[in-house]
Order: sequence, then structure tokens, then C-alpha cells
Amino acid sequence: MCDPASHRDELSDVLVRDGKIVQVGRVKGKADRVIDAAGKIVCPGLIDMHVHFREPGNDEAETIASGVAAAAAGGFTAVAVMPNTEPPMDTAQGVERMCLGAARAGLARVHPIACITKGRKGSELAELANLSRAGAAGFSDDGAWVADAARMRRAMECARTIGKPIISHAEDPKLSAHGVMHEGAVSTRAGLAGISARSEAAAVERDVLLAEETGASLHVAHVSVAGAVEVIRRAKARGVRVTAEATTHHLTLSDECLLERDEAGILKYDTNYKMNPPLRTRADVEALRAGVRDGTIDCIVSDHAPHGAETKAVEFSEASFGIVGLETTLPLIITELIETGVLSWSQAVAALTANPAGVLGVSSGTLAAGADADITIIDPGREWTIDVNAIRSRSRNSPFDGRKVKGVASCVLVAGEVKAGG
Amino acid sequence: MWNRKHLLGLEELSREEIVEVLDRARTFRESCTSSARKHSTLAGKTVVMLFFEPSTRTTTSFTLAAQRLSADVVGFSNSGSSTTKGETLIDTVRNIEAMGVDILVIRHGASGAPHLAARHVDVSVVNAGDGTHEHPTQGLLDLYTIREKKGKFEGLKVVIVGDIAHSRVARSNIFGLRTLGAEVFVSGPATLVPEHITELGATVVKDFDEIVGEADVINVLRIQRERIEGTVLPSTAEYTRLFGLTRERERRMKPDAIVMHPGPINRGVEIAPEVADGSRSVILEQVTNGVAVRMAVLSMVVGK
Repeated sequence: MCDPASHRDELSDVLVRDGKIVQVGRVKGKADRVIDAAGKIVCPGLIDMHVHFREPGNDEAETIASGVAAAAAGGFTAVAVMPNTEPPMDTAQGVERMCLGAARAGLARVHPIACITKGRKGSELAELANLSRAGAAGFSDDGAWVADAARMRRAMECARTIGKPIISHAEDPKLSAHGVMHEGAVSTRAGLAGISARSEAAAVERDVLLAEETGASLHVAHVSVAGAVEVIRRAKARGVRVTAEATTHHLTLSDECLLERDEAGILKYDTNYKMNPPLRTRADVEALRAGVRDGTIDCIVSDHAPHGAETKAVEFSEASFGIVGLETTLPLIITELIETGVLSWSQAVAALTANPAGVLGVSSGTLAAGADADITIIDPGREWTIDVNAIRSRSRNSPFDGRKVKGVASCVLVAGEVKAGG
Repeated sequence: MWNRKHLLGLEELSREEIVEVLDRARTFRESCTSSARKHSTLAGKTVVMLFFEPSTRTTTSFTLAAQRLSADVVGFSNSGSSTTKGETLIDTVRNIEAMGVDILVIRHGASGAPHLAARHVDVSVVNAGDGTHEHPTQGLLDLYTIREKKGKFEGLKVVIVGDIAHSRVARSNIFGLRTLGAEVFVSGPATLVPEHITELGATVVKDFDEIVGEADVINVLRIQRERIEGTVLPSTAEYTRLFGLTRERERRMKPDAIVMHPGPINRGVEIAPEVADGSRSVILEQVTNGVAVRMAVLSMVVGK
């Protein structure tokens, strides 16, 4: 078992009773049911703190039910769902609807992230306290930065009073205007409008200053550039309450993917490499990895963003931003980051369990006695090939289709009940 | 040996492939300006002009090229992106393919659009300009013109001046010229010259005046007024002062240096009328060569 929260990484039994973890260590006696996890890794239920479901608004792309099914299949016992539904999750009813949908599906816990501003428009603040009471775990205008600094400061003061984090999609839209990929050598070559690295780093800098002033908890969503990692590192060093996440794709792919050609030598302009923030340079990938290693970046997320095929089978500049990731994140982390020695198991597991639990202020993310029995059992040696036609998500927009990977969640328990595998 | 089914860009072409197109174009050069001596090369073939962005000049050049090879030519113009139009690009090209055609000539405002089309049809696709990416036939006709005038590429200094950031002509020229061994310099307002253009093999010259006297070729790009005024520079007059090929600058050029322009020209903005019409100008020859180059390309993509 591997439980970074309790500093345990050892051979052990885990006893579960009535949905709670009762004992960890050598368990004596006979249980009603035994799950043999010999040769596997038993860790706290994985938490993906950045996903998008499309209900309400676009059930064809993803419902709450299909989203949590994808989560369970991918090894996640909990997800934080972003509010950019249609309409956006800016009312208590919206939050309750998300909770209800998740409870009906019953496959994974859902922590709704509600809007900071009404309609995610960046002007009028949403009723944060009311949203919090309805079940919101934090606040974000994800996909949109609150560009008005005074507004963001108000939101942070409010969030601090409530005791929940502000999650910022840090991107200055004036600097990234019309961009569809990272601004650099590849965008110049491909003739695609660029999103500058500064559009992120500058926005993170401002958010950090406001968090420092207000004392609010700031969580920086999907950090993608070296400059932003450095801003967060310095902020943490001087005691600002800031945490951060990076996506699996930003930790494993660079903008050079956009230079891929097909078998016939034709530039692919593969829209499954289009997401926001965009894939950055190799140097940025290295900086993100270093950030996870030294604790600057706390969490690894999928930024699961389902989109119907019709929005991706178009010109690159017209295509939707985002890729699905709930069912590919764990194997990619194992294959690309753990097997290659970039991260240790305990670093990776912490970034998927204890750290996101801490950011969201939820009690899961540990296997300590007394905790909810949310458990993910990982078979680290299983080799398989990602097939987008075999995933539970209703969308297929992944650049990882056909990739050979190692490692899979072989069993997922939420509150002691098996939700996937067995 | 040329065995490409599509012409999508110059980036992927080898020196041999480019030279093969230029050599083939030369065989059409005499006859390309007259319909009196039509070639039967593409008799029985159908070429569709799919212009999602209007361009009278390029459509006309391609149409004449196809007709002088005895192809049947159909025009299809539809401006607007797939999202505003309702039908996707893939559906459009597959519908046209289903009618039985041989070559799609595609001009589109989105970079990569002809590539997307080529990946979804079995017929040949010729890129007639995609977004801010490539304009390979313009690049080839520029290369053809330079070769005719200079006889070689090695050691040549070619300067491209203007809005490099948004220019597909600049990219195709840089790719082709570098492959053939010329030195390429780019100059223009800082916000219109992307820093990373150096990684394509071009040298950035901030002060146009520094390079005017050294150039063997100056290729002047059309400047879009709306990109200049109020954002990049205070006025087009300021642009002319800094980057226009004025009579004064023209006088400082090497005696045998030539002046090119992909058209259409903004007289008095990026180039003085006296220079555009002067003895160094090869602008109209470029246009003529364009028909021959397009005849070569249309023939070669269908293996003729």
C-alpha cells in the first residue's frame, strides 16, 4: 500500500468496515470479502480535481453519469467538476443538480466547483456563500480568467471568509487573443495564431499578489509554462497560500506534436492536440516536472474535456479546445512519469490523492484508520493499448489513442463498495 | 522523381522535387500565355477551384493553367468558415469528390485546411494558400522567376519585407529558398516579424536600410492597412518611411538586383509606383510565370 498522507509505503492489509477504513497493517481474523491485491498497489482513492462534464448543456458530449463512469473506470473515486456547463454552475440549484446527478450515478464522488462570477462573465460576483452551502468545494470561472483585478480581489475576500479555494484559469485574454496553440517556433512554422507563455505567467503573478493581499487560498489550474511555475515557487517560499496543478498532457507532450505528419507525409494539424492552455515547449514540460518533484505543483489532473467529434473534425483554428483524460491519466502517469523515473510512486500518488484532498478541503485522500474507504488498487505491470472506442466517456477526443501504456486501475472502491474492476 | 499526389507546401519538398517543378514549368513557359496552343495533358480531367477566400488573381491563374492543359474547370467559391457556413470542410470536399473530379485547388483562410481536405479525399489537392501557413505555387513562381533572372540560388541574398507574421508567401519563400541554398533575410515592423522565424532559416534585419544595398532580390509583401494603422504603427506613411521600397531605397540597391511583389500592390505604401513599374521590377513576369508553374503543378500531381 502507498499512502503519502500517512507516510506509508509498505506491504500491508487494509481492513474496511461500514464504508470506513478500520485498520491498516497486519490484519488478523476473517473478513466477509477479501480482495487479493498481491503484487498491486493499494492507494487512497484517486482524486481528479479538474474535469468537465457537459450536463446540462451538451449531453451528447458527456453526461454526469457517463463522466463518473469514466472516472471510476480510470481509477478515480472523486472528481472536481468545473462549472462551465450551459448554463454555467452559478446558482445553488446548479450545484445541487450536479450533486444529485452524481449521487444517482453513484460511481464516484463529485465535488462541484461553482462559478466565481455570474455566467462566468467576469463582472458580477456569484453568491459564493450560497453556492458553498449547496455543496461547492471551490470557485472558478474555469476557461475564463477574472480579468478585473478588483473583482477578483472581492471574490478572494469572500472565498477566504467561506474557507474555500479560488481556482484560477490564469490567462490574460488580451495577450492570448485568437491564439490556438503555444506561441513559438512551431506556431510560426505551422502558421497558427499563438498563445504567449506570458499570457499565463502574468495572470498567475497577479492572482498570487491578490491572494497574498487577501489571505485567500488560491489554486492555479493547469499550469503550463515555466514562468508560472517560477512565480508559484517564489510565492510558496514567502508563505502565500497558493497551490497548483498540472495536467497529464502538459507533463508528457510538447507543442512539437503539432509538427506530426501522417503516413503520406501530410501535416496532420491534429485537433486532438488543441487544448487551453496549449501544449508548450519541451523546456516547459521539464519545468512542470521539476515543479511536481519539488512540490511547487501539488496536483496532477486530467482536465477531462469531452467534445463531440463534429467539433474536432474541422480546421484547427475552428476546433474546440480540450481532450478527454479520465481514462488515460493514470496509465500515462505510470508509463511516462513513474516508469521513466521522473516521479516516484509516492510523489505521483500524493499528487492524485492527499494533495488534491487538501486543496478541496475534503477528508478523503488517505488510507488512515477512520477515513472513508475510497480506495484505488493499481496493477502497475499490466500492458495495454489505449483505444478511444473502448472508453466509458461519451467523447473520443484523445491524442493518446493507440498508445501503448503500462499500468491500470484494477479495482476501485468508494465508501467500501466496489465501483469498478474487482 | 516527383511522385506526390498533392502539393500542400514547400516545407516538405526536396531540392530535386522543386527543381523538377521549375524545369517542367519552363516547358510550358512559351505556350502558357496563349490558348492557341493548348496542351492535351489534362484532357478528360476535371479541376475544381475551391476558394473559401476570394482571390480573383489566383483563381484566374489556376483556371487558365488548367484550361491550357485541356482540363475541365469548375469554380466553387464560398467564403466563411465551416462553423458559420453550416457544412464542414470535410463534407464539402467529399461531396465534390463524389461528383467525380481529379484535382481540388483549395484556398482557405484557415492554416491546414487543404491538409485536412487531403486527408479525407482520394483525389489530388493543390494548396492555393492556407491561412498564414503556405502558398506553395506562389513560392514556386517566385523561385522560378529568381532562377530565370539570377541563374542560381547559392550565395543569393533574398530580402522579404513586410508583414512576415501573417504571410503565407513569406513562409513558402523561406522554405523553398533555404532548400535551394539562398540566404533569406526578413524585415518589417517588430510585431509583424515573429521572433521564431529564425528557426525556419531566415535572418531578421530590424533596420530595412541596412540590407537594401546588399540584396540580390527584394520581395515586397503586400501590407494590409488595417493591420498597420493604430496598432503596429501610427500610420501607413510611417510604414512607408521605415519599410517601403521607395525611390531613394531603390537607388541604393545593387545594379543587378531585382524587385518582386506577389500582388496586389498598394502603390505608394509598401512600394513606390516608380519602383513597381521600373527596370528592376519583375512583377508582371512573376504573374506570367505563375501560369506556367501552375500548369506544371497540375500536371505533376496527377502523374502526367
